[in-house]
Amino acid sequence: MEKSMDSASKAMLKLAESQDLATIWDRYAAQTPQCGFGELGLCCRNCLQGPCRIDPFGEGATHGACGATADTIVARNLVRAIAAGCAAHSGHAKHLAHTLLKSAQGQAPDYPIRDEGKLKALAARLGLDTEGLEVAEIARQVAEVALADFSEKETPVAWAATNVTQGRVETFVKLDVVPTGIDASISEIMHRTHYGVDADPVNLLLGGVKCALADFAGCAMGSDLADVLFGTPQPVVSRANLGVLNPEAVNIGLHGHSPILSDLIAQVAHDLDDAAKAAGAAAGINLVGLCCTGNEVLMRHGIPMATHSVSQELAIATGALDAMVVDYQCIMPSLGTLAECFHTKLITTMPIAKIPGAVHIEFHEDKAGQAAREIIRLGIEAFKKRDPQKVHIPDQQSTLMAGFSTEAIVGALSAVNEDDPLKPLIDAIVAGNILGVCLFAGCNNVRIPQDENFLIMAKALAKENVLLLATGCGAGAFARHGLLTSEATEAYAGEGLKATLTAIGQAVGLPGPLPLVLHMGSCVDNARPVQVAVAVANKLSVDLDKLPVVASAPEATTEKAISIGTYAVAAGLPTHVGVIPPVMGSQLVAKVLTEDIKGLLGGYFIVDTDPVTSAEKLLSAIRERRAGLGL
Amino acid sequence: MKEVFVHLDRCQGCRSCQLACAVAHSQSRNLFLAVSETPAPRYRLYIERGDGLSVPLTCRHCDPAPCLEACIAGALYRDERGAVRRREEACVGCWTCLMVCPYGVVGREKERKVAVKCDRCPDLDLPACVTACPTGALVYAEAEDFGADIRRDAAGVVGRAVMSPEGVG
Repeated sequence: MEKSMDSASKAMLKLAESQDLATIWDRYAAQTPQCGFGELGLCCRNCLQGPCRIDPFGEGATHGACGATADTIVARNLVRAIAAGCAAHSGHAKHLAHTLLKSAQGQAPDYPIRDEGKLKALAARLGLDTEGLEVAEIARQVAEVALADFSEKETPVAWAATNVTQGRVETFVKLDVVPTGIDASISEIMHRTHYGVDADPVNLLLGGVKCALADFAGCAMGSDLADVLFGTPQPVVSRANLGVLNPEAVNIGLHGHSPILSDLIAQVAHDLDDAAKAAGAAAGINLVGLCCTGNEVLMRHGIPMATHSVSQELAIATGALDAMVVDYQCIMPSLGTLAECFHTKLITTMPIAKIPGAVHIEFHEDKAGQAAREIIRLGIEAFKKRDPQKVHIPDQQSTLMAGFSTEAIVGALSAVNEDDPLKPLIDAIVAGNILGVCLFAGCNNVRIPQDENFLIMAKALAKENVLLLATGCGAGAFARHGLLTSEATEAYAGEGLKATLTAIGQAVGLPGPLPLVLHMGSCVDNARPVQVAVAVANKLSVDLDKLPVVASAPEATTEKAISIGTYAVAAGLPTHVGVIPPVMGSQLVAKVLTEDIKGLLGGYFIVDTDPVTSAEKLLSAIRERRAGLGL
Repeated sequence: MKEVFVHLDRCQGCRSCQLACAVAHSQSRNLFLAVSETPAPRYRLYIERGDGLSVPLTCRHCDPAPCLEACIAGALYRDERGAVRRREEACVGCWTCLMVCPYGVVGREKERKVAVKCDRCPDLDLPACVTACPTGALVYAEAEDFGADIRRDAAGVVGRAVMSPEGVG
């Protein structure tokens, strides 16, 4: 099996092999064959009488020591994964809420409010009366409402309730899955999956839906507050792949998920260009992004993306990366060991995310600019130790257009119809020029040749005129292969889609059509496409589960992807997963997730590891929805 | 002739060998599909607890084999690799083979009432249980090589004891 479809990754893997550098692919190979009980979700480690395993073939144990069945164990394990995903996204959002509060209280001078319009719109959406208030006071109130969303309240989580259709609200109330606190939902999952609490698999899964809605709130909050503090993304042109590393520059990688430190680094980096030049780097400082921190600084500053997800180690293996600055989530612990084989300084910055082998520079909002400069200086110092013999930068880089926030998409549509921006989109869907919409999200997964599923599925759907959106490392996959370009639209879009994207492209003054795939941001930004869908649904007076909108995480890896997938289903979307999740040990759970849940929420999971048949299934789901709308 | 041998100090009791065995003897040979097959795929080796130790018990393919000698229906035979195997159509489910097996490693397929036992995976280079074992407790080796490995380890222990500063002599 190919390890990657990306030629830069392939070139680096060849090099890594020749130099005996272990990568995720080697470690994964050493893990195979993996434990079948784990793959099926049939192992329970929730108490000290375990681990207990259920024999999937019915010959051995049919119950855990406590009496839990396969259904109970699989459901418990799944909802714990959702809670972990929710904790990660909402931890990110909570960090932003604290930063916003410090900004409002004058304790974080490096964090002014950069998008007052978004702040005011947000305050209005939250029902705050901000008439005559200073910006700082509005920011303080919004931050207070955000922080209040984390603990248990008498009222629904504001960021969930104000971001969905009325129809969704009614469905969630009926199913009793309305979260009343984000952290409370996570803690409730931990409680109900503790020894001897919830044994009913369906009740457990509904608890998982509730927690996934809390995750949706955390995601939406994360995007909103990042926009307020750092600006709402607007279309931007940049480049992607390892070729963005510059042999003549001090190359600093920004990796993880948070914009809080990385945006500051992006703001101050070029103040130190002269210091970099003095150290011998003729091109000064070159910031490059990895994973979703990369997406954050791409969207707002046009910083090029080095690589994403499974190929993150390869950026260090180029020998040209002087520092890798990390915050939290999806940062492989292996980077610490790998950096020791090179001059690269791995710099951890968050108190909850330290890695053996890294330098830790703890980040605090009140001295953010100072920390950002200190980090860049470390990169310059490391550059002086770079060994030119070890530098191997692959040539590959693709141009791209990103920055398609909800506001940017509506802005582009306004250029076509200023009075009624959604009308051109709805007209195109009604006329069939756009058959439907697919959001590609999620990660790469070492089990799948990197990017293969993304590429095959996107091309198959685009040919059938499906409008493609992407976030997170999925957007990175498309970026590497040149799918975030007008040229890709010309090459792969069906006629109707091409005409629509060309018309919008012309209206906004682009030389060609909009890109084949619209990059909407990092994985926390998955609430952005939901916001677009909610606006369309409200305008058409239908609920989300009637729209020809689907989602896919064709190479999913993380627990965050599991919770995102679950909230996509809760939002009413047919949601494809290209990796078999650990639920197949319970036929009941598998059936609920792929069939029965449709009757409750409208959305449902499609599990298929074959990208060709997966694309066909998504197309038929879109056509079924169109038929339901009489289209 | 290679056999499945067990490093008795290495088994962690994870039962990965059993799942792999059942999958290797399923119709689909795919874990996710095998779990819903009828008849349910059966595994042919066992993990028993022996005085605190997890002990994998596999067919030793004895020669002469009590099961083969005792099979009243002539359903058991020895193949060209020396493995004792069962002809499915001939088995009458009398369980004589099980009664005479000193390890009790003959199982039963409930649906068809036939005996199931290790066939040492005739289609595979390496038996599925050995491939699946994450700790190397199960190995597929010639008896001579397995013994040589143990002797080499033992010699290492003796050597270290003798050569250490506080050692013998």
